[in-house]
This record gives sequence, structure tokens and C-alpha cells, in this order.
Amino acid sequence: MKNNRLKHKRVLWLFLLPGTLLYLFLFAYPTLSGLFYSFTDWDSVSPSYNMVGLDNYKDSFDSLVFRKTLLNNVKFMLSVVIVQTVVSLVLALLLSRNTRTRVFLRALYFLPAILSSVSVGLIWSFVYDPTIGMLNLGLRGAGLDGLAQNWIGDRRIALYAIAAVQVWAHAGQMMIVFIAGLQAIPGELYESARIDGGSRFQLFRKITWPLLAPSSAIVIAYTTIQSFKAFDLIFVMTDGGPNNATEILSTYIYHTAFGNYEFGLASAGSMIFLVVLAILTYLQFKALRTDRAF
Amino acid sequence: MAFKWLGRLMLLLYAAIIAAPLYFVLISAFKPTTAFFADPLGWPQPLTLENFRALFEQQPMLRYFGNSALVTLGTVALDLLLGSLIAYAIVRFGGRIGAFFFALYAAGLIVPTQVNMLPLYALVRKLGWSDHLLGLVVVSVALFLPLTVFMLTGFMRSLSREVLEAGSIDGAGEWRLFARIAIPLSAPALSACATFLFVMSWNDLLMPLLLINGNSKLTLPLALMQFRGEYVTNYTTLLAGVILSAAPMLVLFLFLQRYFIAGMTAGAIKG
Repeated sequence: MKNNRLKHKRVLWLFLLPGTLLYLFLFAYPTLSGLFYSFTDWDSVSPSYNMVGLDNYKDSFDSLVFRKTLLNNVKFMLSVVIVQTVVSLVLALLLSRNTRTRVFLRALYFLPAILSSVSVGLIWSFVYDPTIGMLNLGLRGAGLDGLAQNWIGDRRIALYAIAAVQVWAHAGQMMIVFIAGLQAIPGELYESARIDGGSRFQLFRKITWPLLAPSSAIVIAYTTIQSFKAFDLIFVMTDGGPNNATEILSTYIYHTAFGNYEFGLASAGSMIFLVVLAILTYLQFKALRTDRAF
Repeated sequence: MAFKWLGRLMLLLYAAIIAAPLYFVLISAFKPTTAFFADPLGWPQPLTLENFRALFEQQPMLRYFGNSALVTLGTVALDLLLGSLIAYAIVRFGGRIGAFFFALYAAGLIVPTQVNMLPLYALVRKLGWSDHLLGLVVVSVALFLPLTVFMLTGFMRSLSREVLEAGSIDGAGEWRLFARIAIPLSAPALSACATFLFVMSWNDLLMPLLLINGNSKLTLPLALMQFRGEYVTNYTTLLAGVILSAAPMLVLFLFLQRYFIAGMTAGAIKG
């Protein structure tokens, strides 16, 4: 019997083998070799390179562009997290009951999430176009000429204009997470509270909000990481411009490696990126673990 | 009462925010370019398929569709196969071995493509896989594997141990247990995972951008990026391309809405 089981277990190694080899070779090894490249001055073209120690890291933190990039990342992340969490929560509260209209609206709000970010980026570059874009034409049509902007061409607002697109594309998805959380709250809680004369606001504060905490943690954690590693939308809409106003870590890495041929420096950027993401992920796990629901 | 109307107003407003850009794109793609510049917001007058015809005439659209379909289907199928084998082994091993392999893949969840893009680019070029669709499939499979393993292991853990134990006492080997019991019972998780991988892979920009440069190998998102350069002022044709590239996904969404919403949300949360 025991022998039989052991033999069974030995076969299981074959189950692990193909995927794990692939994973080690095309995922784990590249991550490690990225660390190696970050200590070199390789330009991605020449056959040789020199070891430069920690110079790339020092140069990164000394560089104004890199510091601006980090700051942009934080600005982009905070605006997306705040707006997307609030928007998706409000939508979920309004749509938590299952009626036909509500189910339809949920699907409509979710729809942008299935579009490729290239499509979303192109659609919104077009909507934001200063002369023939729907947004400015609409504003002018409504007599609000003063509000018309060069949305993604103006370095003061471009980053936030793209953050709005990110929310447009993903708030519906986060709304679904909140709706699942809301529907798990037992209805009797509300009934008894209402009998005790609780106001709508009190019901929200005393019942909905605390019981929704696990969903809020998921939404905030997911949105934080997703917005921190954004690439596609910015690459499609502004490519980091104007004047680096929308450059974030991922586009900075791409430009440094493939535009400036500073592969080593860009690799150091990748490693810094990874460290920040690891910290964010650790915080996410901690936040989710402390909730009893998990 | 006032509260209720405020709520309805907000729902209506958000519906407009979602729908207006899509509507704008839709009407523009069915307009002649000249009519578009004369009145960008107006109803297409006359309604024309000219933009779509131009795309098919000037671009190898069918080839791009084929490339995207090949890469997406290959990636989804291989990821599900390899991922479910690994998840099954992790659950059956259990103990320290199971925990080790689970942690190995979970660690991969932290590392996004954006971090791995440079070394992957260098590695693929060294291997001579650049500009091969098959190379793109293999790299994509590896990239999505951590998430696939994570989702499927979570589900397979919940399968009743007794069912599997009973099978193994009956003398069924692991292969049979896997194929006859674990896989059919995991159908809900597999379909959620498949939907998620399908959307991610069909829409992926970064990997094709790094690995593909030949004209004949472009996937749809890359082809769109190229059209943007070619149709700089010809918005209506570019938008026809946007609609075409999203069409298969939209049709699937229409019919499999519930699976899309459930699968993509599960994938997002687990990732």
C-alpha cells in the first residue's frame, strides 16, 4: 500500500516538470539576469560590456528624469486609486440589487475592461483631440469654451487625463468586486437596524462600511499595483511626453533601454521597480490576511 | 425620494461617460473622412463601409487576425494544460514539496512583465526566437503561468480529498485521476481561468512589442499601433481598425457576459 502511494507520488514529478522548466527558463532566469545586467554598462547592441558595480543605481537616483518619473508614478497611482475606489464603490451601492436594468448597467460599465488598452488609448486620444475631439467639441457646444483643453498635450494635466482613462477602463471591474461584497452582507442586519430607526447614513457607516472592508482592501490593493505598473495607456497616448510629464517607471525603462541604448541603466530601473512592487505586494498580503474573510 | 433620484442621475451620467466615447468611435468609423471633418459629432450621412473596405484592401487584416488567434489560442491552451498539471501535483504532493512549488509560482505573481521585459528581450534575441509567433506563444505561456497555477491550485485544494483518495485506493493511477476526476471537477475554475487568459493574451501589447517586428507577424494591438502611424489624419479608418480588432471580443462578451465578468474579476483579484 505504502509502496503503491510512493510510486504514485513519483509520477507527480512528471506533472511538474514541463511547466516548471519553462517557468524557470523564461521567467525566473530573466529576473535574475536582469539583476546581473543592472551591474553592467551594456548598451543592448555591442557584444561586450563592463561591470560597473552600483553606478547604475547611483546614476538613477541622481538623475532628474528618474526622480520625476518616480514622482509621476506616485501621482498617477494616488489619483487612480482614490478616484477608482470611490467611483466603483458608489456604482456598486447603486447597483447591488439584482434587477434587469441594474444587471444591464453592470455589463455596460464593465464593458471597457474587455477592450485592449491599445484600443482604449486610441479611442481616448481621439476623444481628447484638441480640435476634432468629442470632449472639446462638447464643451464648446455647451458654451464652456474656457474648459476646453489640450488634454494630453498640456504637461500640467496630461498625467491626470490618462489617469481618468485608466479609471474609465477599470472602475466597472472593481464595481463587481464591491457588488459581490455587498451581496454577501445579510439583509436582516439592515432590516433590524431600520426597525431601530437607523438613518441611511448610519446604516452605511455602521453596517455596510465595516462589513465591506475585505472588498475595499481587495479593490485598493489591486488598483494600487495595477496603476503602479501601468504601461500601455501611456505608451499609446503620450509615450511619456510632453517633456516627460507622463513618464512613469515602465515607460522610462522602455525608453532608456530601446531609445537611449542604456540597457544597464534601464535594468537598474527595473530592479528598483521590482523592489517597490514587492513592498506593495507585501502590504497587500498583510492587508488581506488581517481580514477574517480570508 | 430625492436620494433615489440623485442615484438614478448618477447612474445615467456614468452610463453616458462609458457610452459616449464608444458611440463617437462607432459613428466615426462609418463616415467618409471628409464628412467626419465637416461634422465630427453628426450622424453618418451617408453611412459607409468605405473605411473597413480600405483597411482590408490596404492591410493584411486577415493575417493579423490569424496571428492574434494563433497566439491567443496557443497561449490559453498551453497555459491551461501546464497550469492544471502543476496545480494538481501541488495539491497531491501537499506538505513541504507542495508548499515549495506553490511559493515558487506565487513569487512570480510579484514580478510583472514590465520588470522582466529587458532580460526577456535579450534572451529571446540570443535564442533567435525574435519575430517568431511560436516564440511569442512560449514566452507568453511562461508569463501567465504563475497566475494560472495560483488560480487553479486554489480551486483544486477545495476538491474533496476523499474523492481523490477513493480513486487512488481503487488503483487508478495519477494520470487517470487527473484526467477523469480532477479536470472535470475543476471545469468552473478552468473556464474562469480560460476567459481571463483569453482577454489578457488577445489584448497584450508589451510582449509582442518586444518580440515581434516583422510586418507579417503583427498581432492586432501591434497592427493598430502601426495603423496610427500610417493613418495619421485618417481617423475614420484608424477607428474602423479599432472596431475590427475588438469585434471578436465584443461578440463573445455579448454571449458569455457572465463568464467574462466572473472570470476576469477572479483573475484580477487573484493576480
